[in-house]
Amino acid sequence: MPPSPSATPSDIAFQVDGRTVRAPAGLTLAAALLENGIRALRRSPVDGAPRGAFCHMGVCQECVVSVDGRRVRACCVTVRPGMAVTLGDGHGG
Amino acid sequence: MAAEPSRPDLLVLGAGPAGCHAAMTAAETGLETVLVDEQPEAGGQVYRAPVPTRIKADKAPDADQTAGDGLREALAASPVLSLFGATIWFAGPGPEIAVIAEGGSRRFRPKALVVAAGAFERNLPVPGWTLPGVIGLAASTILLKSQGVLPGRRTVIAGSGPLLYAAAVKLLERGGTVAAVIDSRTWRDWAGAMPAMAARPDLLRRGVGWMGRLRAAGVPVFRGAAVSEIAGSEAAEGVTVTRLDSAGRPRRDRHPQKITADSVALGHGLIPNTEITRLLGAAHHYDAETRSTVVTRDETLATTLAHVHAVGDGAVIRGAAVAEAEGRLAGLAVARDLGALGRDAFVERAQGLRAELRRSRRFGRAMARLMTPPDGLLETCRADTIVCRCEDVRRAEIDKALDDGAHDLNQLKSWTRCGMGPCQGRMCGDAVWRLMAQRDGPEAGRAGVEVGRTDADSRLAPWSAQVPIRPVPWDAVTGPFTYADIMADLPEPAPWDASVKASGAEAADA
Repeated sequence: MPPSPSATPSDIAFQVDGRTVRAPAGLTLAAALLENGIRALRRSPVDGAPRGAFCHMGVCQECVVSVDGRRVRACCVTVRPGMAVTLGDGHGG
Repeated sequence: MAAEPSRPDLLVLGAGPAGCHAAMTAAETGLETVLVDEQPEAGGQVYRAPVPTRIKADKAPDADQTAGDGLREALAASPVLSLFGATIWFAGPGPEIAVIAEGGSRRFRPKALVVAAGAFERNLPVPGWTLPGVIGLAASTILLKSQGVLPGRRTVIAGSGPLLYAAAVKLLERGGTVAAVIDSRTWRDWAGAMPAMAARPDLLRRGVGWMGRLRAAGVPVFRGAAVSEIAGSEAAEGVTVTRLDSAGRPRRDRHPQKITADSVALGHGLIPNTEITRLLGAAHHYDAETRSTVVTRDETLATTLAHVHAVGDGAVIRGAAVAEAEGRLAGLAVARDLGALGRDAFVERAQGLRAELRRSRRFGRAMARLMTPPDGLLETCRADTIVCRCEDVRRAEIDKALDDGAHDLNQLKSWTRCGMGPCQGRMCGDAVWRLMAQRDGPEAGRAGVEVGRTDADSRLAPWSAQVPIRPVPWDAVTGPFTYADIMADLPEPAPWDASVKASGAEAADA
């Protein structure tokens, strides 16, 4: 996975499973997670196998995570300072 | 409760090149025009707006970015009322459309509707395609063009046709490493498309330029080949490349090659998004060339429903140039239908567009054919390969349901749960359709597998489109309400009558 770029003034900080990560403002959450090397976002409901964002356009639902307690598609929300992301979709884990 | 629906002259669904131009053309004639899209800005997937902090610093924006910026500026300067970040979740007779925007639901009952819903990417399941690190080809384009993020350190780009090369070049431009480009289409397929591609020399030149860039960068390009497996346990680690025979099936007599990669972008062309036109009840038919269901239209792009037009890749895959011209033509047709444009003016303006459409369609059609994977490629999907990602349904389960006599795709869905998950069958629908069509095709069971014909009523009709079109939060649909809102619509309770109650109970017992 790509190395995380050095933080720039436009970078914002947010939490992923309690860990602070940074990403450029304006990125989708899915892209920001990828940029931080976080690719497994949830487990499949039947097999429990790791899954990550696939379509990045809101169709596949593979990137569903919890943001501030609400289930969202990570590719359809923009990163916000201080947002609290919990990986897993609350079903498969 | 929800307010009365808005009644604009024209509602346009989708703000890609087709929808934007339909909306702007109609609005210029004085029609009150509303344009809605799920994305935060106009442009569709082809001209998707870049993230400012990342991409705007580029020294030389590419052709698509320039075109997209121009489109967004023109739209902003037009009288079109744009509603972005709006998820379309309901389409029904009327036509009536409901969207969720800014946390609430809004309904529209326009005098005319233009559907410019764009396309989905076609996926063919291969072993390992569910691993993190494996993404769609269109997804890689979004990451590179809009987000400025690389899919990985070393990326394999695989699938069918021209979009592979566009994505590979974009990845090189962003400083990434392309481990290989793997195209199911052969040199012969490409050579056959050349005469049609010459209809748009500008676009042909761009494509030839891409090939040169890849060669200069030393990127291995496989043609007539496919990824037959993606290896990895927690994430993608590499792919197996297999040569294909003339029907597109993996060749057993050639030794497969392994390529190390931490990311894989897969895409086999595009499929029109017909959900809205199917929900509205327009007629559709099967397009054998692109192996897809397309909405039936007349020469002014009108569907079989009154005052409903369909344009762009959402109608038939022909690319951005065609989408733009179709949008303009539909905008003019709506203006004529609603009396904002005289018949003579329409004929005059439509004539120029039709000549442009003929040229661009010739090119777009050749591209669409190259993007359509050969039928035999389905053999790379093995018995234990996951087809339905949402419900972990494997090919063997689908084959068994077909062996057991599943009559149509909807029955197959209820027997296997395939397509029943949150993506609502959008990821696996084409593959399942192919698995079924392969059995019914005229060549089924013989060497050359060919997908059979279908029309909207046959057993090979696509899955029924369902409302809500997207998973939506229920509170957003209902909006803020109190019990008083509900009670307002309830009839008065019937007066108590013991004899009625008693006879009712008897009927229930009997």
